[in-house]
Amino acid sequence: MLENIYTELIAEHSQSKENRRRLEHATIKERGHNPSCGDEIILELEISDGVIKDAAFNGTGCAISQASTDMMIDLMRGKKIDEAKKLAELFIDMIHGDVTDDAELEELDEAAALKNISLMPARVKCATLAWHTLDTAIKKG
Amino acid sequence: MDKNFLNDFPILHSKMNGHPIAYLDNSATTQKPESVVRSICGYYGGCNANPHRGVYELSVRATKIYEDTRRKVAKFLNAKSAREIIFTKNATESLNLVAYSYGLTNLKAGDEILITIAEHHSNLVPWQRVARATGAKLNYIYLTADGNFSQEDIDKKLSKRTKILAVTQISNVLGLVNDIKKLSAQAHEVGAVIVVDGAQSVPHIPVDVQNLDADFLAFSGHKMLSPMGIGVLYGKKKILEEMPPFLSGGDMIEYVEEQETTFAELPQKFEAGTQNVGGAAGLSAAIDYLQKIGFEEIERIEKDLTTFAISELKKIPYVELYGCDAENKIGIVTFNIKDVHPHDVATILDAEGVAIRAGHHCAQPLMKFLNQNSTCRASFYFYNTRRDVERLIEAIQKVRAIMRLE
Repeated sequence: MLENIYTELIAEHSQSKENRRRLEHATIKERGHNPSCGDEIILELEISDGVIKDAAFNGTGCAISQASTDMMIDLMRGKKIDEAKKLAELFIDMIHGDVTDDAELEELDEAAALKNISLMPARVKCATLAWHTLDTAIKKG
Repeated sequence: MDKNFLNDFPILHSKMNGHPIAYLDNSATTQKPESVVRSICGYYGGCNANPHRGVYELSVRATKIYEDTRRKVAKFLNAKSAREIIFTKNATESLNLVAYSYGLTNLKAGDEILITIAEHHSNLVPWQRVARATGAKLNYIYLTADGNFSQEDIDKKLSKRTKILAVTQISNVLGLVNDIKKLSAQAHEVGAVIVVDGAQSVPHIPVDVQNLDADFLAFSGHKMLSPMGIGVLYGKKKILEEMPPFLSGGDMIEYVEEQETTFAELPQKFEAGTQNVGGAAGLSAAIDYLQKIGFEEIERIEKDLTTFAISELKKIPYVELYGCDAENKIGIVTFNIKDVHPHDVATILDAEGVAIRAGHHCAQPLMKFLNQNSTCRASFYFYNTRRDVERLIEAIQKVRAIMRLE
């Protein structure tokens, strides 16, 4: 079970510094927070012409929340807003166990590796934090 | 008494992720012995009726269980009278009762409420709301480097303006035992009342409200072997009598007219609606169980487990401990593993059958003060064993490898 969660890929993404920075031309800044465990991220997006040109974050939290945020940013860079919204919904559905078909999840790219979190109800909120934050940010933007 | 308490707790023989459970989250809630479960079943199986109202025998039986428990709790806390014991849902509701009924009535702009930085949110947020509503000021007592309350802060901040001193007897994060007797003497000297959060103390050490000279003391049943949903507020009779009701409705009234109501005497004045008699039956059996073991024995076991855990954890170079050097401490050990978030630690321990708490423990201001986002907490009760502690240590030793840090 644990080896399906704490994989090399998750370790890499949770420790990666590439997406951990401030955006010079951010158009939206959104704070996401899990009050029960203290995971916290600040997501920054640079959106122009309906496309996410760039995204970055700062935050503290468990390996799952941080890896998930990092993967999401990799996935969203260059995506159109409505596409990004659909992907966030797909990811959240996957974590809640509502979408299980691997072919359908291919669109999520590396983030599909978090599928097994759906078997760990206590960690669902960690995995979905960034994606809910993105959704809120897009709605506001 | 049979020293092997495990026989009384069937749940501790079950498994978690394929391993026997090492249940180390007793500060959150404790497990229930069979005698408590039996007493709840006994109530619903043979005595259930609405208390205080019916004239038939079944209702009289329910009333007797409820009121006998009240007398038992009064004795347990050494209260002067059973009328000083108010049943609530839990310590949180007890503290809210004091905040809203006493606080809102007696505070005004310019007054001060003094609490400590180590309070659980339940003894913090209600006071914030009272301060906001009345214009009173909320002040904090901070900790010294060794984790104890700063006496300097207490002396400086407790003044004639202080109307309420609200303080935990034992911190749910650090496990430090505070000198309530000394604090209540100091509070009374300036004319303040002292509100004691006993949620972590009443289950573990003998608490004598007269000896402490506490004006109010709150605790939860579920942290001391009882079911969830039954708690207690102790208050000095003289103070309770002058307070307005908290919740209103059935059973707390004397006469109700279209525009006016007169209220019942203590303790019914504070117990609106049908009460948790099944919970009271469980609480009664829990007190019996604890008294059969005796607090001396409970303290001895917990001290042994805590000392053992701390000494083993200190041998692990990447474990950071908080508030573990204090003398006067009960069975709570708070720690972090270097470079690993507490939530990941808890998940890895869970896979080994070890249950601990990870997070901010409902004490966000304290976490900020300690400069931690969150921590891991192992908390003991008398039914834990040295084997549970060894299992904790063995599981901790696996964490960094699983997180690919070594």
